[in-house]
Amino acid sequence: MKAAAFDYVRATGVEEAVKLLAMHGGGAKLLAGGQSLLPALNLRLMAPEVLIDIGGIASLRGVHIDGGTMKIGALTRHADLLVSPEIAAHAPLLAKAMPHIAHPAIRNRGTIGGSLAHADPASELPACVLALGATLVLHSSRGERRIAARDFFTGLYQTALEADELLARIEFPALQSGERVYFREFARRMGDYAIVGLAAQAKLEGDRIGTLRLAYFGIGERATLCPAAAGILAQPITPNVVADAQAALSRDLQPHNDHQASSATRLHLARVLLARCVDDLLGRPALPERRSA
Amino acid sequence: MTTAVPITLTVNGEAVEARVNPHTHLADFLRDTLGLTGTHIGCEHGVCGACTLRLDGVIVRSCLVLAVQTDKARVETIEGLSDSGEIADLQTAFRDRNALQCGYCTPGMLIAADDLLRRNSAPSRDEIREHLSGNYCRCTGYQAIVDAVEVTARSRSGAKA
Repeated sequence: MKAAAFDYVRATGVEEAVKLLAMHGGGAKLLAGGQSLLPALNLRLMAPEVLIDIGGIASLRGVHIDGGTMKIGALTRHADLLVSPEIAAHAPLLAKAMPHIAHPAIRNRGTIGGSLAHADPASELPACVLALGATLVLHSSRGERRIAARDFFTGLYQTALEADELLARIEFPALQSGERVYFREFARRMGDYAIVGLAAQAKLEGDRIGTLRLAYFGIGERATLCPAAAGILAQPITPNVVADAQAALSRDLQPHNDHQASSATRLHLARVLLARCVDDLLGRPALPERRSA
Repeated sequence: MTTAVPITLTVNGEAVEARVNPHTHLADFLRDTLGLTGTHIGCEHGVCGACTLRLDGVIVRSCLVLAVQTDKARVETIEGLSDSGEIADLQTAFRDRNALQCGYCTPGMLIAADDLLRRNSAPSRDEIREHLSGNYCRCTGYQAIVDAVEVTARSRSGAKA
């Protein structure tokens, strides 16, 4: 299908972009890499009056380390993150997630900010920023607003972004010693949307898991943190502890049914991922299964 | 009524100036305005890969790029890559190995495969499959395509040695 007609304006800087957003209000959509927006336009799921193209704003693209804080511009492309030495060294969770995001031709255009603002429940990056404990920096003509990733995703393709706000930057602490990450997803084919996936970051205390953020995607209407399961894992790990944490996922997650998998299959796969995640974080071979979750 | 936007770009090395409607994607612009019908349109929402081409040196889906976004850009299509002889060996391998039947996916498949070979001179069969996972072929079952890419990788690295 073809997109409905719209007007187009190119913003040369953030100030101009937020001024245009304020002027056009809800009738406008920001165009970054376009890899989620253009399918939606072509399928006529969306028919904005005007597209504000922010794709050329150089100040919004790039990875920087400021003290111990990673700062990623919203227009940084997936392909940039895939080859970034800073990301490989200080944000290995993102490095592990990148190859799973769509296909090479999409990764060459798609941006981290675009993916987060789109908030597809099956996409990898919302779960990654939840696991990283990231802060999202939003700009508007009213000024700057900082919001925790856990407060940003509010529902199916829904975020806390106001109509006049632009997602400018993602910030999170660089990986510390003793911290480990895990990323894995189940998909029918490389690059497809996940049936279920898990992004996790943990601080190890000796041979125990201290703080742990488990963020699932592809299950339920948005990327979801699982504090109940993570809380149970903050004790010496035995097969029964893992089974209890697996059972607790039914309190943390609201799995959905669709043509790819039933809600029961999704919950089962989420539990499988949890056990693999624990083994991987602790750097040991899989435990025998004691009792079913 | 929306306003047409002037753009200037190069397509296969030739300078092009045009006024485009903002909602026209690059694949339609190339096919309908410039008559370059080697870029095929399949799904029109970024899934099938038939419209894959090179934009500023990297592969993209031309159904997911608006023509207005290509102002000052460099576009290379299957016509340009064929005429220059740049991928002639890959095209020969596709023909020799029966890596195409109807040919609808072939321009996108060739450009995606060449992109892999330019980054990785000795890809494994799994790496070839992974790199081409975004390009659908409904005829061949992919086996012959992977064969053709593998053979080309070998001959290219052999030629360099």
